[in-house]
Amino acid sequence: MLSEQTVQDLEQTARELRVDILKMLHRSQSGHTGGSLSAIDIMAVLFFHHMKHDAARPDWEERDRFVLSKGHAAPALYACLAKAGYFPSEDLATLRQLGSHLQGHPDMRKTSGVEVCTGSLGQGLSQAVGLAMANKVAGRKSRVYALLGDGELQEGQIWEAIMSAGHYQLSNLCIVVDCNGLQIDGFTEDVMNVGPVTAKFAAFNMHVIEADGHDITSLGQAFSAAEVSGRPTVIVASTVKGKGVSIFENKAKYHGVAPSDEELQIALEGLGAQ
Amino acid sequence: MIATRDAYGQVLLELGRQNPKVVALDADLSGSTKTAKFAKKFPERFFNAGIAEANMVGMAAGLAAGGMIPFASTFAVFAAGRAFEQIRQSLAYPRLNVKVVATHGGITVGEDGGSHQSVEDLAIMRSLPNMTVLCPADGPETAAAIRAAAAYEGPVYIRLGRGKVPVVFPEDCTFEIGRGVTLKDGTDVTLIGTGLMTAMALEAAAELAARGIQARVLHMGSIKPLDEELVLKAARETGAIVTAEEHSVIGGLGGAVCEVLAEGCPVPVERVGMRDVFGQSGPAGKLLEHYGLTADKLVESAERILKRKIG
Repeated sequence: MLSEQTVQDLEQTARELRVDILKMLHRSQSGHTGGSLSAIDIMAVLFFHHMKHDAARPDWEERDRFVLSKGHAAPALYACLAKAGYFPSEDLATLRQLGSHLQGHPDMRKTSGVEVCTGSLGQGLSQAVGLAMANKVAGRKSRVYALLGDGELQEGQIWEAIMSAGHYQLSNLCIVVDCNGLQIDGFTEDVMNVGPVTAKFAAFNMHVIEADGHDITSLGQAFSAAEVSGRPTVIVASTVKGKGVSIFENKAKYHGVAPSDEELQIALEGLGAQ
Repeated sequence: MIATRDAYGQVLLELGRQNPKVVALDADLSGSTKTAKFAKKFPERFFNAGIAEANMVGMAAGLAAGGMIPFASTFAVFAAGRAFEQIRQSLAYPRLNVKVVATHGGITVGEDGGSHQSVEDLAIMRSLPNMTVLCPADGPETAAAIRAAAAYEGPVYIRLGRGKVPVVFPEDCTFEIGRGVTLKDGTDVTLIGTGLMTAMALEAAAELAARGIQARVLHMGSIKPLDEELVLKAARETGAIVTAEEHSVIGGLGGAVCEVLAEGCPVPVERVGMRDVFGQSGPAGKLLEHYGLTADKLVESAERILKRKIG
């Protein structure tokens, strides 16, 4: 159970991360707003509370590893890595620019703290499974976290990977699905219904936990439960696309659109930042 | 005579004994790809993906990112075809240290037919930045190539065959990535082979010698990087090139050689290989004959090309 103080601190951190995401996207005028905002509370809890990692030692063998399988939410990852100290926060302004180490989708060879290359949906989870296998072969106690989108569950490779996580009983693997219900073409249940996801994961021998993806306490409990379950776990996190910015919330349009000048102003005001 | 895949199975076992970081993956074909030997000896370091090649490649990427040296095997048609995008995004783009050892390349897969005969894998893999592409000639060279790939840091695609092939190289041969081998000297024409076609090139050269034509024979076990210097030297010194591969003439060895020659030393070329067609069911030997992948056809090509030689 997270203390009240920890919850407040993480809520504040998530607010700051949202501001960083919006400013970075506004600056680049390119990138994925909605899915970065829906994922950021989950990532805040992982990067600033639950995961064992050290920006001063990005190659530390015993670190927990985070795989952003929904790689288009790269701005959320970059905001976390900068705040954690992997690189200067001024770099965020170079997102998607020529020569920047902050590529449109995460690149392990360019950005400190990025574990694998992701962005082609469905591939990150397989890599996370491989990382969890490597930890077992090497006898490392560290854990692997993979963040997926719910639209991403439409990729067949996800189910190949889930099958293998269940088959090899990778208890050091924790998967989080950012279920914001939207994808580029509209509502996920209209484009290609993947539900009921909880039953599907359970059927693949996974330990499944449902959580509120914007409630720090709920997420903290889920991560702790996953750690002691002794089984590969999927946390099905209910989220809202564009969360935290009223004009973006629940709108498919803001999947891949960066905020305009005016939208940025409204967003920052809403978040109590200028 | 030994199949290149058998040599792979042996050397993988040896690598497993030498290095605890060597892990192997397969997609329900371990008996055929010969990773089963490794699986039996090192079960904790073997991961069967089941019939799921895309996931196998992704898991191999994760294992490499976690510090292991994964060897991932399946048939060439599934590795380069089914799992192409995974190889692109999860291996080549991040330059991860994964060795994709694809067996059953080419038409000598035989009876399973065209659906299972990869005639395009070398072209596909060669087009990827960061990717190294190897196609050894026989058992001994396969063993050396697998060891060289293990010692090299980065993604490698190694194409092996199903059937037994004649031995070209000595047991103690070495393999250097990016280096071709001159198997026979000659001044009239150069035959360049890869995979099992190198043995045919040697056979063709002997027949040409009997007809008074001195053919040079090069073997390119490394398709990418290609030994461009050796190719250009052969072009300058013999003035005519015949390439031989168990693969489409588009984009594989023949394509790679033509690219080098067009920019560096244009001379007449004939590409012996699959002429932009898929294979079909049949015994391996008969298929090679049917599609013109024989020493006789190489002799014909060499004699024909001599008439096109400049000067």
